[in-house]
Amino acid sequence: MSAAKFIAHTDVPAWLAELAASMRVIAPVTEGGNVLYREFDSATNGVELNRKPTESAKHVLFPRSEALFTFRKEPVPFAPDSLDPATEEDSPAPRMTLTQPEAPKPTVVFGMLCCDAGGVTTFDPVYGGRYQDPYYLQKREATVLIAKACNEPLKTCFCTWVGSDPANKRDADILATDFGNGLYLEALTERAERVLGSKLLQDAPANAEAKAEALHAAAREAIGEVPSLEGIDNTLTTLFDERDFWWSHSAPCLACGICTNLCPTCHCFTITDEKASGAGVRLRSWDTCMAALYTLEASGHNPRGQKAARLRNRVGHKFSYFLKNNNGRISCQGCGRCIKSCPSSVDIRRIVLDAMKKGCAVKEAANG
Amino acid sequence: MAKAASPKNGPSRKATAVSIESHAADVKKVADSAPAAPATSPASPASPPSGGPEAHGAIPVLTPGAHNPYLPYVATVREVIKETHNIMTFRVTLDDEEVWNSFHFEPGQVGQLSLFGAGEATFVINSPPTRMDYLQFSVMRAGEVTAALHGLRAGDKVGVRAPLGNHFPYNDMKGKDIVLIGGGIGMAPIRTLLYYLLDNRKDYGTITLLYGARSPQDMAYSYELPDWLSREDLDCVLTIDREAEGWEHRVGLIPNVLLEMNPSPKNAVAVCCGPPIMIKFTMEALAKLNFAPEQVITTLERRMKCGIGICGRCNIGEKYVCVDGPVFTSAELKALPNEL
Repeated sequence: MSAAKFIAHTDVPAWLAELAASMRVIAPVTEGGNVLYREFDSATNGVELNRKPTESAKHVLFPRSEALFTFRKEPVPFAPDSLDPATEEDSPAPRMTLTQPEAPKPTVVFGMLCCDAGGVTTFDPVYGGRYQDPYYLQKREATVLIAKACNEPLKTCFCTWVGSDPANKRDADILATDFGNGLYLEALTERAERVLGSKLLQDAPANAEAKAEALHAAAREAIGEVPSLEGIDNTLTTLFDERDFWWSHSAPCLACGICTNLCPTCHCFTITDEKASGAGVRLRSWDTCMAALYTLEASGHNPRGQKAARLRNRVGHKFSYFLKNNNGRISCQGCGRCIKSCPSSVDIRRIVLDAMKKGCAVKEAANG
Repeated sequence: MAKAASPKNGPSRKATAVSIESHAADVKKVADSAPAAPATSPASPASPPSGGPEAHGAIPVLTPGAHNPYLPYVATVREVIKETHNIMTFRVTLDDEEVWNSFHFEPGQVGQLSLFGAGEATFVINSPPTRMDYLQFSVMRAGEVTAALHGLRAGDKVGVRAPLGNHFPYNDMKGKDIVLIGGGIGMAPIRTLLYYLLDNRKDYGTITLLYGARSPQDMAYSYELPDWLSREDLDCVLTIDREAEGWEHRVGLIPNVLLEMNPSPKNAVAVCCGPPIMIKFTMEALAKLNFAPEQVITTLERRMKCGIGICGRCNIGEKYVCVDGPVFTSAELKALPNEL
């Protein structure tokens, strides 16, 4: 792994432009009132590193909608004889051709949040577990993640509660720390090499490591007290049938799905076909478990027809089911977007803390 | 309920050419190399990433030539049978001869049957692996995809992603008396198991089949019933919900008829498939007959998209019906969150 590097803020656009010559460069940019991860445009150079992105970066590896393959039915040449039933056996058989999409381009995501990088590593066991998902894994292999350590957490941030950190070195390929005049770049994986060859990068200043550590500690401190979520997985299992608990927490929910849309770890999708005159495409697109249609079966049966059941599943998945399948890792990254953007102030922190409190009470009642 | 077989089915039909083009992975190889790659051997990376702090560097890399689990095999409909007013059966063969010749599945496994342009839906393969002339799917018209599938005719192209999911524990059932209970379209998975057991008859004790439907007209596989009723190695009981003219068999709901039949739980296994409400009450009846939860097997139905445990919608707690199921024992279901 290469030594740590430093790049002046004024050189960042030139560096990204350099990378953009051979890679797809994704960076946070201001668009209207939002900060979105978009393809870097060297004409505008508008990288936004001070405000937190409104959306997660998951769409880089898991597009909102992507083609799994296209299909085309080859027309059977018209032959008047084939209209005669006697010769039907000999008529040319139709063909169906399936074509898979092109391999993804080499990509770099610059300036993503550590919680967004954490989202990616929660995707890894999902898309590369029992079955290998080629669409995700090819993009993953082709993509370098440059995370930027969080200097000023928001009031909705709680990454330290869920086993992450505003400057975690677990998830990205490079960790960038903002020194005010530029970015201190620490390579974390072999993949980092792909983007650290530029002459614009300087050697890191002598005291950089300690300086970065101090900034990281300050951000950690700013998030404040970290409540224990020890045993949250089993606690939620205990509360599964507590109807009142789930009804009261889900009462304000409008089932709009913005929580799942902005979440860096929500990975659910649907598969649909689109077709016009014999040719078409099979698409996979983001879906949301907060919608009743998500689990509605053709028979009319719906195992999660009520929003209480859907909220229970979303919280349960992140704080219980995922843990059981992934060595105790909480899939929620604590980015707080679902809290910040919820139109009716559903707060996943409140649900989880209430569950911890309520779970203790239920267990005590059961024990005696 | 006539068997409306097409005249142009059968092995004599020319194999149709299918080409899989790709600019991405080595897909031609993919399509060729996948006898049972999609499901029977859930591609197990050497070290599945835990996602934990140590996960770095353990990101699974695609195995060259590994099957793309989203890419269906192109298949041809060989025969269409109109079973009831809302159930049709399709017999299909895979177009790629090499894949088809090495295709293997286990009784109870499901497949995603798709009509290109309409979409995919999950159905059990209801022909047994002991009879590989075709793969049979029975489709009840209920939504958009099933309505589109009902328009299929012999010779049409479909997509098949199979086999998916787990299967009936036919090895554990060896030497035991078997009670099969199928309600409505739930007879489809039971049919697979029934033929599998009959084709391996000496491995099993007595075989009892209770098959119920709303009315005689709602009974799929009606053309096979005379054989089932006359076989000496099978005790077949048919029932309908209400009296109907000309009906010579039982009348009554499945759980009640089952209680009347009073099968012994001793060294027995019961397998029950049908609509959720029928499963619920049949399980209760089996409990009354002293069948232990471990002796009762059922299949669950969920809305599914990917079929490989990724898209998220078929979970019950941490289990995914598409990969951990659809076959569960009653004991396994009791351990899951109450979200059936």
